Amino acid sequence: MAPPRRHRVVAALAAALLSTAALAACGSPGSDPGSAKATGTQDAVDAALQAGGTITYWTWTPSAKAQVEAFEKEYPKVKVNLVNAGTGNDQYTKLQNAVKAGSGGPDVAQIEYQALPQFALTGALADLNQYGFGAFQKDYTASTWSSVNVGNGLYGLPQDSGPMALFYNKADFDKYGIAVPKTWDEYVDAAKKLHAADPTKFITSDTGDAGFTTSMIWQAGGHPFGTDGRNVKINLNDPGAQKWTKVWDQLVQGKLLSTVKGWSDDWYRALGDGTIATLVTGAWMPGVFKSSVTAGSGKWAVAPMPTYDGQPVSAENGGSAQSVLKQSQHPELAAAFVRWLNHGNGVKPFIASGGFPSTTADLNSPSFLDAADPYFGGQKVNQVLTAASGAVAKGWSYLPYQLYANSIYVDTVGKSYLNGTAIGDGLKAWQSALVDYGNQQGFTASAG
Amino acid sequence: MTSTAMPARSRPARALTRRHHRRGWAFVAPFAAVFALTFVAPLVYAFGLSLFRDQAFFGGTVFVGLGNYTQALGDPKFWEAFGRVLLFLAVQVPIMLLLALVAAFAIDSARLHAAGFFRMVIFLPYAVPGVVAVLMWGFIYGDHFGLAADLNHLLGRDAVEPLSVNWILTSIGNIVTWEFVGYNMLIFYSALKVVPPDQIEAAAIDGAGALRTIVSVKLPAIRGAIVVATIFSIIGSFQLFNEPNILRTLAPNVITTYFTPNMYAYNLSFGGQQYNYSATVAIVMGVITAVIAYAVQLRGQRKER
Repeated sequence: MAPPRRHRVVAALAAALLSTAALAACGSPGSDPGSAKATGTQDAVDAALQAGGTITYWTWTPSAKAQVEAFEKEYPKVKVNLVNAGTGNDQYTKLQNAVKAGSGGPDVAQIEYQALPQFALTGALADLNQYGFGAFQKDYTASTWSSVNVGNGLYGLPQDSGPMALFYNKADFDKYGIAVPKTWDEYVDAAKKLHAADPTKFITSDTGDAGFTTSMIWQAGGHPFGTDGRNVKINLNDPGAQKWTKVWDQLVQGKLLSTVKGWSDDWYRALGDGTIATLVTGAWMPGVFKSSVTAGSGKWAVAPMPTYDGQPVSAENGGSAQSVLKQSQHPELAAAFVRWLNHGNGVKPFIASGGFPSTTADLNSPSFLDAADPYFGGQKVNQVLTAASGAVAKGWSYLPYQLYANSIYVDTVGKSYLNGTAIGDGLKAWQSALVDYGNQQGFTASAG
Repeated sequence: MTSTAMPARSRPARALTRRHHRRGWAFVAPFAAVFALTFVAPLVYAFGLSLFRDQAFFGGTVFVGLGNYTQALGDPKFWEAFGRVLLFLAVQVPIMLLLALVAAFAIDSARLHAAGFFRMVIFLPYAVPGVVAVLMWGFIYGDHFGLAADLNHLLGRDAVEPLSVNWILTSIGNIVTWEFVGYNMLIFYSALKVVPPDQIEAAAIDGAGALRTIVSVKLPAIRGAIVVATIFSIIGSFQLFNEPNILRTLAPNVITTYFTPNMYAYNLSFGGQQYNYSATVAIVMGVITAVIAYAVQLRGQRKER
């Protein structure tokens, strides 16, 4: 190749490089979310609903199909494209890519409470205060309402909630004469007693799960994550965390937990045949039991979550809101749909399909509370679950980058589970990785 | 490599060559366009990304020059992942290629009954989509429900634990070997097919036995194919991703987010939105792979001469 031509190639490469650099440089997300509290009225939303149009809705909730059908029947001018873009992280990856690309995302998306701060802070979500939705505060449970408020912004309306309770296999408990534990110490005793009576049976299964860990710390009164603007404080060794690890270390190190991975085929089977005797999890679990653990019908019952001192206290586990994307071309219509879903006629089909709502009126309605559930041997389980939703410990917040935190949980706390070492050591490693990440991403993160 | 000797260029053809040049470009153009679009452009883009640091939340994008590269070169997670695939490469690739060679020689030997059947059966796993293959092996490895669980049940203790820390790499190696023995066997077999029969006849007349023929005639004849298969396998090992990423759901704490360099790059980008650093890791890994593959090729060619 002749020298001049090579020069030309180099020049072309350099030009290409510069243009990509320029592209990369302008792709920074909105960096100042929710600085001013914008409150508006619902007029624009009502008008958009009357005018009609087409919106796209990403969700994985099984209730969505019935809800969208009911909505379109009520508002024939509005067409909702229902898309299942994957469950949880799968959907978030796509959503994140769409946000990064500036287009291609839906108008409305389901986002779990733990993921909401991340999307809110990166400027992906519209502040619903501008449509006057802030007035709905009184209609929701305190914990779900605080989950959709980040900084001064309201970034979604709560759909379901997951106040935690103890689901236990009554057949197992009766067979081995084990009393339903009220405290965590009793829970550990029950674990020992059950496993001694039948070595194939375990009190529960846990191979390390970030969502469970944070919920357990939440219930123990911990506040490991604090965010104030750009400042992030992380303390995964606070008294709450210590309280929980003291109990859970006994179970992990005593090999009293089943190592069946949650949500695997085997896990469903183990829930059905009594090898996993309890689950400490969110109030949305009955729906899962009924659809996926048919063999357990009539065996299971629900009790309040065990506590450290016997006084009722719970935490949230899971649960999602519906949010309007900032890149939506029809934000008012999208907001109208969200309002209908979670603060209107959408709640009924949601409950009918087994969902656990976050609207207090529905939670406390006699028809909801007094429904005897045949799966749970006729127990009025909603009484236990609604009571749990009122007992959720206050003041919790997730990290603004909780999704990332959860993704590296296996590298840190997972090792404690794997090696049977103190969970607290894993939590410390998690904390230091999270502090580093926060500082790399523009926060001022610190331990303690 | 099957290097066919270049015909010696005739002297009085300067102008002709130039015209050839132009016509050549026209033929290459469709390929070059796709190549530029799908290979060169992403590489340039990735390199561009690797020079910046985009803070996902606050602070925007800053130019950091080679900062990401210094970070990657001092990143223990990256080197742990690299060391793991290197170990994998050192153990799995020789075993796989040896098995493939033996299979190819056996099928080529004309002493095997139903050689066509064996060729087909050995090749078949390669036709199974990688993801399906891993899921299938996952069911065999599963220590709660799989074959491993049944064996342990039979033995009355946890003797077989393919998904434990100590065995996971071996288990992955087993899957990869199962998947690719047939593919490599086919490369070797087709190379054996073109070994000139007169050479083999000559060896037979000289009194060489089957083993002697393999060592002195057939192996040297297919050296090029062996080099190619080795390079493919090296690249494949460094790019290890599918198998561990799918087994993660079965062995959650055993397989970390930085189990292999590719998994690390993937999780940096999709778990942590660290696109710039992820691009850096990918480029560093690409350069290392290219250097090693090139070294192997040079060495293979040198021996050929």
